[in-house]
Amino acid sequence: MSEKILLRHEDVAGLRQLDTYVGDGGYATAQRVLREMKPEQVIDEVKNSGLRGRGGAGFPTGMKWGFLPKDNPKPRYLLVNADESEPGTFKDRQIIEHNPHLLLECTVLAAYAIQSHKAYIYIRGEFARGAEILEEAVREGVAAGHAGANIYGTGFDLDIVVHRGAGAYICGEETGLIESLEGKRAYPRVKPPFPAVYGVFGSPTIVNNVETLCCVRPILERGASWFKGIGPEKSPGPKLYCLSGHIERPGVFELPMGTSLREIIYEHGGGIRNGRKLKAVIPGGSSVPVLTADEIDVAMDFDSVAAAGSLLGSCGTIVMDEDTCMVRALRILARFYHHESCGQCTPCREGTGWLERLLLGLENGGAADRDLDLLLQVADNMMGNTVCVLADAAAMPTKSFVTKFRSEFEDHLRHGGCSHHRQAASA
Amino acid sequence: MPTLEIDGREVTVADGANLIQAAEAIGNEIPHYCYHPGLSVAGNCRMCLVEIEKMPKLQIACNTRATEGMVVRTRSDKVLRARESVLEFLLVNHPIDCPICDQAGECKLQDYYMDHDRQESRFPLESKVQKGKAIDIGPLIMLDQERCILCTRCTRFLDEVTGTSELGVFQRGDHCQIDVFPGVALDNKYSGNVADICPVGALTNKDFRFRARVWYLESGRSVCAGCATGCNIDIHHRRNEIFRYRPRFNADVNSYWMCDEGRLSYKRYQGEGRLLQPVRRVQSEWQPLDWRQGLDHLEALLAAPGLGIGGIVSAESTNEEIFLFRRLLAGTAGSLVGGHSWSPASADSDEFLIDSDKNPNTAGLRAQRLEPTGGRRVVDAALAGELTTLILFRTDLSQLCSAEEMDRLGDALGQVVVIDTHYGPSVEIADLVLPVATFTEIDGTFTNRTRRVQKVTRVIAPAGNSRPAWQLLNELIGAQTEGGSQASSAAGVFDALCESEDAFRGLSSAAVGDQGVPLAAVDG
Repeated sequence: MSEKILLRHEDVAGLRQLDTYVGDGGYATAQRVLREMKPEQVIDEVKNSGLRGRGGAGFPTGMKWGFLPKDNPKPRYLLVNADESEPGTFKDRQIIEHNPHLLLECTVLAAYAIQSHKAYIYIRGEFARGAEILEEAVREGVAAGHAGANIYGTGFDLDIVVHRGAGAYICGEETGLIESLEGKRAYPRVKPPFPAVYGVFGSPTIVNNVETLCCVRPILERGASWFKGIGPEKSPGPKLYCLSGHIERPGVFELPMGTSLREIIYEHGGGIRNGRKLKAVIPGGSSVPVLTADEIDVAMDFDSVAAAGSLLGSCGTIVMDEDTCMVRALRILARFYHHESCGQCTPCREGTGWLERLLLGLENGGAADRDLDLLLQVADNMMGNTVCVLADAAAMPTKSFVTKFRSEFEDHLRHGGCSHHRQAASA
Repeated sequence: MPTLEIDGREVTVADGANLIQAAEAIGNEIPHYCYHPGLSVAGNCRMCLVEIEKMPKLQIACNTRATEGMVVRTRSDKVLRARESVLEFLLVNHPIDCPICDQAGECKLQDYYMDHDRQESRFPLESKVQKGKAIDIGPLIMLDQERCILCTRCTRFLDEVTGTSELGVFQRGDHCQIDVFPGVALDNKYSGNVADICPVGALTNKDFRFRARVWYLESGRSVCAGCATGCNIDIHHRRNEIFRYRPRFNADVNSYWMCDEGRLSYKRYQGEGRLLQPVRRVQSEWQPLDWRQGLDHLEALLAAPGLGIGGIVSAESTNEEIFLFRRLLAGTAGSLVGGHSWSPASADSDEFLIDSDKNPNTAGLRAQRLEPTGGRRVVDAALAGELTTLILFRTDLSQLCSAEEMDRLGDALGQVVVIDTHYGPSVEIADLVLPVATFTEIDGTFTNRTRRVQKVTRVIAPAGNSRPAWQLLNELIGAQTEGGSQASSAAGVFDALCESEDAFRGLSSAAVGDQGVPLAAVDG
């Protein structure tokens, strides 16, 4: 796909500025839609486009919007999840920092569709620059009448608040995000009730990821059928792929949904760094099962990656070359989840730390023979038994790393630690 | 009223019931830590996971509503494995210091481990996360962060019931710990409840710590006598010593809670200040009597010719005692009876459980048509020289008159009889003192501020030579009526009360049960 939709700032210099954005056709869709379309028509168009959430779960966006109760007298809220914090993922940041008005226009469109008059953009605390840019964009947008009171004279009001997160991975989980926005500890909520019924401040709430929302203007501008024509029928549209790790050209690439992982790594990413061989790829952010070098002929869309035994997730593709120690790589992931578990649910609170300790034992020596099986059992016992999926996010990579690279783990056990370390030490 | 199937058994439950409650209805306990029926659902401990047909994942029973046709398995292999693993996780960083832990014996971690886990630890001791131990967080509560399983019952109680929010969760993951917020103490009027609801040994009650192993304690049902609310309680005791009160659920009175003032009021009913022996004043010396002699003296006073006999009965007395005391004096010519209910001006109260009326039975006096201030009329009559004898039934005369009046009363009256549990100013001017049992030592009923009749039961033996007042009043009435039939139990006295007093009509001891019953509405 040559034309960039989500990464249009790569083609149009200065798109961050309001006048450049407007000069490039920006806010024309919002004006037309607010004046000419009914909210239900907007929802229908998004439903027809087949847009699925880009935050990781791939839930159909239009259907999510449709879950809002019709007869609830409380105000409705739109929450933009800009807490991008999945390791290996840095796509939303591109849009926020370079094309903030696209996010604002789409926020206006989505809020209009669900008839919300208050939208919060919950931006990751570490994205200080992104927050500044968004705040500036909101000021400009309100001053120019693209947001705020009586937008385009249509009588539709939308107050947009940029809220900086407090710095925890769990704030990206939609109900953890809601709790955090309310000023509380970001403990994910037990569901049901779901946010559409009982969200922020106990009111009906829709939470959408930045990239997801940014598909809304293109859909309304060019039509649902145009969108549906890109990529596979069941998960269509343009997609941002984040490439990192041992890759020649790391970065964010906009390609049609369903582009093959091999093509992404070898054509767009320029192949493995320093001409080395590929060992493994985490396709969808650190939480998903790892794929071996033999498993990369997979179309990168929600259903195909799931069929291949992993998940598209947030499309944070982490590439590992032949020299990677898989025990160490997993230990680093485990450390992250140990550090980030909110501590609410027993299996996750206690299991994430246990996983890291077992892996430290394997890496540094001192592991017992049973520890490899124990690692799998602990991961099994964590899966599916908690309020949110952080426990699964720690367990899934553990299970896949140990299963797919078991000989490496056994080797660590046999040699009382990591031979990579020893080689490095003796060199 | 959905009907569902739990472990192959059909059960119909109330709308809105969750699966823990539904299983309870068929006597099946689904183990749980964070769920507490008096608090919001947290769903964090993951102990109550159950299998529900047509659902791929195990679901937490506490947050799952029972619905029509639901098929639930609480003992399938999958469920048992999940329970076992949750327990293993809970114990990973737990100090396992049961031998020195005060919760041992009433610890859900111990109980469920024995029921559902029983495996060797697979986690090395030296790797456990260390946290704070024996942290003094308030006047009544001690915190051990290592024993804590982060169920957040305590924080939810303080957020939702008292609204004081002294405790919070700090840190993340396996470093999470419950603690007081900086500069804050867990010091509110209901702080003791957090130790009750803590399922493990993390929050313990300083008043009870290290005083008894709970398996040695026996328990008796009663009602707190600290104020007019009448919170339902269990009294935990051993060898005639009371160790603690625990609130007992009553939806119409105190829910699951009680106040700290009431919780600690057990100390009043033991040891210090108790009257233990019938005595008579012979010239300024106390002469011990046996009970026969004591009662003979009182009978003689009641039968003696004179101006008249006055009696004051306080709201510390049970309904039965008030009834018998009235009846006794009614059998005496020219008698005058007054009620007495007094609370200090500084009496604490709030909108929840603490009532400014510090008597357990003021409504009971009223129900028997005795005004709580009626005692003063009796005092006035005595001061006016209209009475020969004054009988003070559990009444502190100093609450009714000044010191100067007390002196004059001593002179004006022929005899002052004190029937009471504790030494007090009344005893100073008494000629005859008969020691009686407290409400923890007798069966009986109190009527609380909402006119609810509630039972107290004998949980320990009367101290020393004291006796249950209802018994001795019965004997005195028996002597008066020359062997007329007398109830042989407090329950029998209550039934007689129900027959003769309008306010109690239609009730019976059996109907009061252990949750109490309301008196009929007052006319007018």
